[in-house]
Amino acid sequence: MARQRTQARAGQGSWLAGLPGLAYLVALVLAPLVIILIFSFLSRAKLGVGVRWEFTVQPYVELFYTESLSGERAFDPTYLQIFFNSVLYSLITAVVCLVLSIPIALWIATRPPKWRTLLVFLVTIPFWTSLLIRTYAFVIILNDNGPINGALGGLGIISEPISMLYTPFATIVGLVYSFLPFMILPIYASAERFDFRLAEAAYDLGAAKLTVLRRIVLPAVRPGVIAGFILVFIPALGSYLAPELLGGGKTSMIANVIAAQFGASRNWPFGAALSVMVLVIVMLALVIFAVIAKRTSRRGSGQSLESLL
Amino acid sequence: MTANKPLALQVRGVSKSFATPEGGEVRALDNVSLDVAEGSFTVLLGPSGCGKTTLLRCIAGLESPDGGEILLQDQRIDTVPVWKRRVNTVFQSYALFPHMTVAQNIAFGLQMDKLPKSEITRKVEQSLDLVKLSGLGGRRPQQLSGGQQQRVALARALAKEPEVLLLDEPLSALDLKLRRGMQLELKRLQQETHITFILVTHDQDEAMSMGDQVAVFNEGRIVQVGAPRDVYLRPSTSFVADFIGEANLVPLTEGSGPAVIAGWGPVPTAAWAGDSPEPAPGRMTIAVRPEDVTISADPSGRFEVIDATFIGGDLHTVVQVGDTTLASRQPAATAHALATGGRCEIAFRDGSLRVVEA
Amino acid sequence: MTSPRGTGTSLKNFPLFGPIAAVVFGFLYIPLIFVVGYSFNSNRVVTVWKGFSLEWYADVLGNDDIQRAVINSLRVASISTVLSVIFATGLAIGLLRMARAGSTIAWSLIMAPLVIPEIVFAIGTLALFVQIRFPLGVDAITLAHTAFCIPFALLPIRARLRSVDLSVYEAAADLGANEWVIFRRITLPLLAPGIVAGALLAFIISLDDFIVSYFLAGAGGTTLPVYIFGMIRNAITPGVNALSTLLLLVSILIVTVSYIIARRKR
Repeated sequence: MARQRTQARAGQGSWLAGLPGLAYLVALVLAPLVIILIFSFLSRAKLGVGVRWEFTVQPYVELFYTESLSGERAFDPTYLQIFFNSVLYSLITAVVCLVLSIPIALWIATRPPKWRTLLVFLVTIPFWTSLLIRTYAFVIILNDNGPINGALGGLGIISEPISMLYTPFATIVGLVYSFLPFMILPIYASAERFDFRLAEAAYDLGAAKLTVLRRIVLPAVRPGVIAGFILVFIPALGSYLAPELLGGGKTSMIANVIAAQFGASRNWPFGAALSVMVLVIVMLALVIFAVIAKRTSRRGSGQSLESLL
Repeated sequence: MTANKPLALQVRGVSKSFATPEGGEVRALDNVSLDVAEGSFTVLLGPSGCGKTTLLRCIAGLESPDGGEILLQDQRIDTVPVWKRRVNTVFQSYALFPHMTVAQNIAFGLQMDKLPKSEITRKVEQSLDLVKLSGLGGRRPQQLSGGQQQRVALARALAKEPEVLLLDEPLSALDLKLRRGMQLELKRLQQETHITFILVTHDQDEAMSMGDQVAVFNEGRIVQVGAPRDVYLRPSTSFVADFIGEANLVPLTEGSGPAVIAGWGPVPTAAWAGDSPEPAPGRMTIAVRPEDVTISADPSGRFEVIDATFIGGDLHTVVQVGDTTLASRQPAATAHALATGGRCEIAFRDGSLRVVEA
Repeated sequence: MTSPRGTGTSLKNFPLFGPIAAVVFGFLYIPLIFVVGYSFNSNRVVTVWKGFSLEWYADVLGNDDIQRAVINSLRVASISTVLSVIFATGLAIGLLRMARAGSTIAWSLIMAPLVIPEIVFAIGTLALFVQIRFPLGVDAITLAHTAFCIPFALLPIRARLRSVDLSVYEAAADLGANEWVIFRRITLPLLAPGIVAGALLAFIISLDDFIVSYFLAGAGGTTLPVYIFGMIRNAITPGVNALSTLLLLVSILIVTVSYIIARRKR
């Protein structure tokens, strides 16, 4: 009778140690998700809070159609538009983060080792501060009376303040600011593992700097780029604060609409249905990224995606 | 065997299998039995993956055998949990506790025995003296050299004065010079403490120089047990002959009548080792050490020298005989005019040919 | 990037990367500097500078509601930290011993709060508590925070656990220690730096959280970020800057301490 090599090894504890944690997570992470799923098929409560336990697919219908008072159903693209915008803004955010992150990540990775930990630490600090404060900072900055307008006006470049706040532009700036470290760090991790001797070989063979960058270094950090993309795109998709504080009414993203259903609009099942849709999109995004990641590892960039996350 | 000495440890018919990642099964130990005499230095020798470490871990209690028994001082210990066995291990990676000082490392086992503090302090001092590390008790393992760490691991295991001390390839991480020194150290320690040592190694020089008794492992089985000299001079199988020292393994031709070495001729009676088994079907291989093969240059010789190289003070020659090659090692002074491509004749020293199991 | 010493470091400098890096660093910090700077602005109108003043700090620190919010935040953060670290330690040990199938499920569960948009997690827990009639407030927030602090606490602890030579545990058992003694005298002391790092991370995460606290606060469960949000939404008084600065400083302090500890224990 053979036993697994992972059988009880002296002193290393047992898998049971993880049970309390798992039980807690099931209760406080899995259960809420299940409840959301269930709620999405229930009816709106009479007084707003909670649900009526009557099965219906109305919440999902409301995603696409509105009913007028006379009972007529018309296709309403409002929510689809919001989903689309959210995905669009998140993609833009991820791309902008990418463009900004690659130089700084590569720059840090090419500094002497002693500096690197400090520099990475400096990049991480903003991440550990409250997202609320970081978003609020741009309320101040982009304000009509804020420093940017003040400086531009003071220099005589503009006569009237540019209205930057409460626009899609402001929202995206806020999103980029929130998630920039999430893109820098994985790319840095990838870059740090890159064996610079490969670049040296390329130089030796006559390649110019930009060529080396384009054809040797960047392909090598592709896993980091992909990881960074996931780490920015997905949270950005579900962002609440940036669109709320910086976007005004014009740039609602999914999170704002969902929040409204549990707040003023008082339509919990619909909010639940929206949440389910968000989760579906997130799962889809994860699957797509997983496929891309597999293809990248197979092409032999020498790094596995999981090891970066 | 050592029937008259008291036995510290008896392994009886122990088997152990592991599941492979692909879903199959590998038999690490296959019905292994071994007697270890009290106060002896036994070496478990074999190539990697042969099961010697698995047996050691079974004795320690870090693995449980699927079948068989292990007795310590005539009491079964294979059912006793590892922390209760009077057996201690020196691990290959030393496994020193990094968050404790050297002295605390050594004291740990004694604390488990619930000895009074003063006693523990005394024994820690003793152990440090024993391995010649006095004064280093306050250091952390990370601050010591590899050789020093190894001695701490030894001291830690010896402090508890176990019935049997197990050593898992303790010298493999040391460089050559250090290794030689430590081999002598271990031998000295064993003789001074009179504790039964069981050491696992894949290095046959180590086994030969340190052990009173060598057990040769191959593919989960013990193929031969004996004193180093016996195992060297009287290998019972071709594996043992080849693994310990060098050996030429030469087939005899099938058929009745006197034994014939294929391509060379009938074996002279004097060439046989006195205690060599008789050739028999399935046992038609002979082993002969290179130092027992004499090659002499002969322009009308039947054989061709494939290679002749001077190494150290010896001439190493390789000669084609029938379908096999014979290696010879002779003092350079006596090897006249042997060169690659030349013709030669082969002779065997009296008493040097031995029949071995295939 | 790894390469032997002595290779031309000028090869490592790509054009414009240095200046862009400086700009990005600036981008990361300047907004925070503005918040801090404006907190000393004596002008009521937040964005126009008038003069240096500490009045907003006095204002904020003397405010009863704010004090209550701070106490709530600290209470939630402390308890969440303790609970999540305990769960995370168990999970770290358990994960090491789990077969492939079990650990994949476990990891998905553990990482879920990070992957799922926070808003979904927030309303999900709201729905849960409403459904089981658990009162909203500080306790509800604590329970929710514990759940998503677990992954943050887990990572440093697990990293620490995996760096320990496995034979150390076997050696302890070999020397006579049973499972509990090993846990107490070998595992825990070796994990300690990871546990401390995990605790600090969990604390900050809980302290800084907004969206979950917002939905679960109920009547008396306002935490500091929720309060700040209210201030921003309703009317931007300069006190917001002072309060934000304080919260910023606490976060930065804790992260720096965590970083220093990590570097020392190396």
